[in-house]
This record gives sequence, C-alpha cells and structure tokens, in this order.
Amino acid sequence: MSDVESALLSAVRLVFTLDRDLAEIIGLSMRVSLSAVAVAALIGVPLGGALALLRFPGRKTVIVLLNAFMGLPPVVVGLAVYLMLSRLGPMGVFGLLYSPAAMIIAQSVLVTPIVAALSRQVFVDFWSEYEDQLRSLGAGRGRAILTLAWDARSSLVPPVLAGFGRATAEVGAVMIVGGNIDHVTRVMTTTIALETSKGNLAMAMGLGIVLVLLSLAVNASVFIASEAAAKSGR
Amino acid sequence: MVKLKVWPMLAAATVLVAAIELSTGIHIAHAEDRFILMASTTSTQNSGLFDHLLPRFTAKTGIQVRVVAVGTGQALKIGQRGDADLLLVHDPVSEMMFVRDGYGIDRRDVMYNDFVLIGPSNDPAGATKAKNINAAFRNIAKSGASFVSRGDKSGTHNAEQRIWIDVGINAVKHSGGWYREVGAGMGATLNTTSVMGAYTLTDRATWLSFGNKGELRIVHQGDEQLFNPYGVMLISPKRFPHVKSAAARVFMNWLTSDEGQGAIAEFRIDGQQVFFPNTK
Repeated sequence: MSDVESALLSAVRLVFTLDRDLAEIIGLSMRVSLSAVAVAALIGVPLGGALALLRFPGRKTVIVLLNAFMGLPPVVVGLAVYLMLSRLGPMGVFGLLYSPAAMIIAQSVLVTPIVAALSRQVFVDFWSEYEDQLRSLGAGRGRAILTLAWDARSSLVPPVLAGFGRATAEVGAVMIVGGNIDHVTRVMTTTIALETSKGNLAMAMGLGIVLVLLSLAVNASVFIASEAAAKSGR
Repeated sequence: MVKLKVWPMLAAATVLVAAIELSTGIHIAHAEDRFILMASTTSTQNSGLFDHLLPRFTAKTGIQVRVVAVGTGQALKIGQRGDADLLLVHDPVSEMMFVRDGYGIDRRDVMYNDFVLIGPSNDPAGATKAKNINAAFRNIAKSGASFVSRGDKSGTHNAEQRIWIDVGINAVKHSGGWYREVGAGMGATLNTTSVMGAYTLTDRATWLSFGNKGELRIVHQGDEQLFNPYGVMLISPKRFPHVKSAAARVFMNWLTSDEGQGAIAEFRIDGQQVFFPNTK
C-alpha cells in the first residue's frame, strides 16, 4: 500500500471510529483556537477601525508593524509567551504555563495582528464609500467606526476566518507554552508532530487530513451562515 | 428582524466563550487539584512507558501526573526555571550538576536501558564487524558514511558526544559534511536517518517502538559504554516555594518502590522488556 493510500485509510478510520481521545483532542483544538480568535476579534476589529478612521501620531508606524506582525513566527511568539508565563517571568505567579489558557494567550498574540491588519483594509474601503453620508449625518469618527463595523460585518468575517486558520494550523506556539500534555494541552497539531516523531507517518497524515476537513467544515458553516444572514437582511 | 438578533448574539456568545475559557484556564492552574508536572524525555513518552505506569499510580493515589516530554537538556532548563515539580531524565552528569547547583534534590536511580547504534542494512561503514562501539564510531568517520546527531543537548546527544571524545574525533568539525546535526527529538532524528540511510545513536526503547524503520537496523549494541541510566529528582522547594513537593515525592517514592519498579519491569514493547528497574 502506498503512503498516500495508508494515510487516507487511517484518516477514514479516524473519522469513523472517532475514539474518545481523538474527540477530546479535536475539542481542545477548537476551544483553544476559537477562544483565541474571539480575543483577537475583540481587539483586532476595533483596532483596525481606529487605524482606518482616526488620525493620531504613530498611526503609520502601527500599520506597518501590524502588517509585518501578520507573519510573526509561531515559535517566536511561543517562546516570548513562555518567558512571560514561566515561574521566573513577569507573569509567573499565575502558574499559567502548560495550561490551555497559556495556549489561548499565545494564539491570541499570533492572530490579533492578522485580524487587525485585514479588518483595517475593510474599514478603509467602507469609509471611502460611506464617508460623505456619515459626515452629513454628523457622526463623529468614533461613532462612525461602530456604524461601519455593523454595516461591514459580513466583510469582517474573512479577516476573522483568516485568523482562525492561522490559529488551528500553527504548532510552534502551542507546543512550547502547552507542552503537549496528554489529556490537558494536546491539540491536533501537536498530536501530528508527536505521531510523526514516533514514526507513525500514516497516522500523522491521517490526523492532518482530519484537521483540514475540520477547517473546511468551520469555513463552510460560516460561509453558509453569513449568506443566510445577508439574504434575510435584504 | 430575526437577522438583527443573530450577529449580536454571535458576538456575545464568542465573548462569553473566551471569558469562560480564560477564567477556567486560570482556575485550573490555581486550584489545588491533585496534579503534578513532570518534565521528562521523549524516549520515556514515545515508547509508551508512561501510558503503562501513570494510570496505575493515579488509580492508587488520585494524583495526576502531567508529562512534558522534551530532551534531557530542555527538561533540566524547565526545572531550572521552576516550571516543573519533578524531573525524570537520563544524563547522570548533568543531573549531578543540577543537584549541586541547588535546583534539584534527592536524585535517585530509577531504571536503565541501553543505547544502540542504528545504521543501514548494508552497513557501508562495517560497524557490525567492529569489536566495540568506539571502533564502530571510528569506522563510520573513516568511511565517510553519514552520521545523524540529535544536536540538542539531550541525554542521547551527550552520550554520543562522549563516544566521539573517547575516540578522539572532532565530529562537530565535520558538521554539514558526513556529520549531520538535526537539533531534533529522537523520533524526528530517526526519520531523518531513515531517509538518508545514515547511522545514529538511539535508546533501545525509542528504537523498538519507532514505526518508520525502513532499511535501518541495529548495527552495534551491548557495550558497557552504552549503558543508559534514568534518574528522578524533585525540584528544590527551597529555591521554588510554589512547587508541589509533597505530591511529587509521593510519585518519586512510588516509582522507586517495589510496586513501581515491578511496573517498570513489566512494561513490554513487542514482547521485549526495555526498561530495567535500577533503584538500590
């Protein structure tokens, strides 16, 4: 049997047998990444709006930094968060290292620049379209951000999804701050790394296929939901 | 009208999820749950030894043991930062230094296995014919066949380094040539070795449980130098007052008790015993 066949076979087997351990790992992956994306959206969307509409000193620097930080290496973010959360680090007293909370923090740091930079572009486009209208209504710029965020909500979905994709795909950060502890901080990507290191390549690839399918499922449901919402709004 | 409610609800739900996640995370980390954190090596984890030992211990004591499996060098670093409660590693020299420097206390021998030299079936360097491991290493260097090194300051890497020093060959000087430092765990190193048809030094447990052997086989084994002892030690509560010394000591005592030692001896990979109890 070829490598591809045995990988596909183990993916099919994984999906259909779905044992408790795998369900737990998938559940934790989703919990961690969805939480991180929620945090990133809460910070990133308003930040993107502010960078698009408000004028303040250092604004351009922040924009360049955010664009550059979209490509932050996960392993560097992981290391930085590790040093923060380690007992010898500034937040060491909380004892958060090697917990799901540490993983959420690391992924939030990783994903926030992506959400902020991409949603800034959405705000820029909407602002150029609605500027006159909003100005004539006498809305201040702060108020305008809220209005635009609401009007642009379906356009803000892709930036958030891009962040989600990044979060579920990365392994470097969660490996360092989570430690890949069985039943505690083991997620899909760290399991794939572990199975690869055990030489169980077909199993690892099978898990990889399951991860891609999951990501596909999330994206498809969001797409369908926003289509439905857009339709019922008209 | 329905649609107007969907988005705020969605937003509220995600915020709620995030808040719950973060607070339960903090809660878990703070609660005096009965768990300890052990930094250990990939060989003990990947071989399945912990899957065999830990459920027995937890069933008996109610203490959960969380394992972070890394190389010995990194495990010692985790200990030095106070991020674990105890260590189970395999590099006696660095372990002694760790205790001497005041990071660890009560180091005890737990078990041993041995290192084996792995190489391609056709053995181009003639390591099988070598009369001891030193001669085998010399043959590899002379033949120009590739040797893959962990290169990560793990116990296995340090053991390999000591053999090169013994035979008087500065292998690192040839790094990038026939000597390849991959800076990875044992399993990843074996994957690389398999693809390159090279030689490498590994512990027997990882080798036996490794699923991607390809054309590789054991080409040399059995020398005294290849003895691979594992030690357990607590992180010093004097240095790090937050560590869970009491619970960690319960685990250490169990590991070195007749019961724990018996459980180690019972563990089999493909019918073979791979770890031998060693507590005096």
